[in-house]
This record gives sequence, C-alpha cells and structure tokens, in this order.
Amino acid sequence: MQPNRSLRILTISASLLVLLSLYMVFVYAPREVIMGAVQRVFYYHVAAGWVGALAFLVTLIVSILYLATNNVKWDRIAVSSVEIGVVFTSMNIASGSIWARPIWNTWWTWDPRLTTATVMWLLYIAYLMLRQGLEDPERQRRFAAVYGILAFASVPLTFLAIRLWRTIHPVVIGSNDPGAEGQFDMTMRMRTAFFFSLFTFTVLYATLLWHRIRLEGLASRVAIMKARPLHDR
Amino acid sequence: MPDPTDRQPPTAGFWRAVSAIVWKDLAAELRNKEIVSALFVFSLLVILIFNFALELDKAARENVAAGVLWVTFVFSATLGLNRTFAAEKDRGSLDGLLLAPINRSALYFGKLLSTFVFILIVEIIVIPLFSVLYNISLFSPPLLLVVLLGTLGYAMVGTLLAAMAIHTRAREVMLPILLFPVAVPVVMAAVRASAAILAGAEWGRVAGAFNLVVVYDTIMLAIAIMTFDYLIEE
Repeated sequence: MQPNRSLRILTISASLLVLLSLYMVFVYAPREVIMGAVQRVFYYHVAAGWVGALAFLVTLIVSILYLATNNVKWDRIAVSSVEIGVVFTSMNIASGSIWARPIWNTWWTWDPRLTTATVMWLLYIAYLMLRQGLEDPERQRRFAAVYGILAFASVPLTFLAIRLWRTIHPVVIGSNDPGAEGQFDMTMRMRTAFFFSLFTFTVLYATLLWHRIRLEGLASRVAIMKARPLHDR
Repeated sequence: MPDPTDRQPPTAGFWRAVSAIVWKDLAAELRNKEIVSALFVFSLLVILIFNFALELDKAARENVAAGVLWVTFVFSATLGLNRTFAAEKDRGSLDGLLLAPINRSALYFGKLLSTFVFILIVEIIVIPLFSVLYNISLFSPPLLLVVLLGTLGYAMVGTLLAAMAIHTRAREVMLPILLFPVAVPVVMAAVRASAAILAGAEWGRVAGAFNLVVVYDTIMLAIAIMTFDYLIEE
C-alpha cells in the first residue's frame, strides 16, 4: 500500500519548499530594524493562521456536500481538514505569543484577533471530541457535518462580538492593537519571503490533507477486513 | 389532499404539532416540577458563589452585575438544555415522537419552546431576587428584551446541540463543550448590551450589541431549521 506517484512527488516538493522557506525566513529576509530577529516569527505565524482558516473553510464546504450527497468521501476530507486546521491554529497561537512577549510585553492580550483564534481553536477541538463521543459511524458523520457548519458560521460573529467589546472601551485601543504596537513596513525581500511562506504552507496543507484522507481510507478498509470474519461465522 | 406524512404539511398542522409537544413537556413538568425547581436552586447557588468568589462590594457589584447575571443564566440554561431530550432518551419515547407523522422541524420548535419556557420561568424568578441581593434594579424594558432575545438565541443553538449530545458518551459533559464556543457571540453581545443598559447609556451605545444578538438569533435559527432534520433521522 504505497502512496501513489503524484502523492510521492507532492510530498517531496513540499519538503523542499519547507527547507527553502526556512532559508527565505532566516537568511533572505532582512532583519527588521526595530523589533529585530523576533519579527521573523511573522512569516510562519501568518501562514499557519491562513492554513487554519483555509482548513476550516474546506471543512464547511465538504460538510455541506456530505449532507447533500451522503457520500463518505466528503466526511473523510472534513475530519482530515479539521485535524490539520487545529494543529496549524495551535502553531498560529503559540507563535503569536512568542512574538507578543517581547513586543507587547505580555504573552497574551484579549485582542479580537487573538480571542477569535482561540474560540475557533476550541470550536474545532469540540468538533473532534464530538466525533470521539459518537459510536455509530453514520451518525458520527452526520452530526459532525452539522457541527462543522455551525462552528464556521459562529466564527465571524465571535469576531464582531469581541470588536464590539473594544469599541465600547476605547481606552484599550492603541495599547493592544497590533496596528499600533509592532507595526512595520515590509521591504521587497520581506514581502517575497512572506508570500513564499504562504505558498509553502498552502502546499504543505494540501500534502498533509492528501495523506490524512488516504489514512482514513486505509483505516476503513482495515475495519471492514476485521469485521468480515465475524460476519462469515 | 395532502399526505399526512408529507414533510411540508400546512402551517396549521405544523403549529398544532408544535403546541402538542410543548404541552406534553409542560404537563410533565407541572406534575414533577423537576427542571424548574432544579434550575432555580442552581441559579441561586451560582449567584451566592459569585458573591463570595468575587468579594463584591457595592462598586464592584455594579461593574460585574451584567456578567454575573448572564453567567447565572447560561449555566442554568445549560443544565435545562441537558434535560431537553433526556426524558425521551431514557424512556425510549423518542422513537414514538419520530414515528408521529409530523414535520421534524415541529419537533425542534416544540422542544425549543418548552425548554425556553422553563428557562424563562427561572429567569422571571431570578431577576427580582438578583435585584434584591445585588441592590441593582433590573426592571427596565430594554434589559428584559435583551434577556429575552439573548436567552432565545442560546436556547436555539442549545436545543440543536442537545439533540446531538444526547447520543454521545458522557452526554452531560459534551453539551457545554459543544455549546459554549458556539454561544460566545450571543453571550458576549448580551452582556455588553445589558451592561450598557445598566450603566444608563443611551440607546445608540446599546444598539451595536443589541443588533448583534438579533443577527445571531436569525442566523442560528436559519441553520437550525436547515440542519435539524439530519440530527434526528434514525
């Protein structure tokens, strides 16, 4: 059960891209004047956040498709994408904290973007726990699809709700706003490194998703093989 | 001549089915008073615990009143939502409900309304008590409207998720895990609107938060209507 040729090629190219992006981030991109080396967190931080959002958007789309068509294929994509999205959102939050410690002088603030990312992270952890808690596979797929839709719909509302919080307390604006604290202008090289890491992470997402979907397919084949002797008896 | 098992029966039949379900739940509750009394005692305990946990003096009470009120409502509503499908599940009568030739949405609305009524009854008792214990007047029509719409939004999502949680292992634990992150926007907006009203702000400062509660209710109602059928089919 070797992965097919195109998946192997994709995996190798993703690995090369990651190595190249490390070079771009640490060597090619210039050192930021005010923040120094810690600014380099930015390239992977934004890319990880982008992949997290993309993964959950993919889950929304395939969840709707699953409910419409009842095809197991869509559900495999949904669960795979959520798992990858949770990992990348964790990376996004952790790398953000590492950057915030020297720049904002705190690991954490309840800024709208930070809070929304955390609530989103919790939503999809709940999605995975829901799947864990359901035994009947058909029901598991149906419920997960509904929760995938509900979760995605609540993310923009969460962002609005938290922004509302701040607009009522205008004192907080400025001291916590990433636009005010830690803003910088990207040079041409920084921009190239930034878009390169966005591209790399997107390819990495596609690669991981493909592997993970393949794994789901293999797992269900194993389950069928295990169940067969019981039926034959 | 419409077929009685048609998934789109005429609206009269739809609301008759809804009221039958609500009436069944209310009648059961009137006999044993299980849910309302439990929610009420629980709410009192939450208020009590907050008072000591936060060491509330007069100034602090005014600052956190809206937050404490909503946490009390959210916790006790979650407790109530956990019971929404529990009786049916435990006694196996959910299948009976599903066999009835009614639109599945009628089942959702029936369950939503009966749970909403239980939560509202508790809130109607808790609000005056809260006013006395925290020495803050909560009797203003805009605040009561926010409480009504905020609770409705919470109950709408809660009923939908309770129909899921009932089938999971450790279902009482599962409901808040599923519900709290989805309910963040409505709870935050409701707290914000309530706090502004209690601080005596003019409507312009309340409107943003209030509108968000209305938007949340509308979006979640639409999602609930579209997806509930998938949660209940066997």
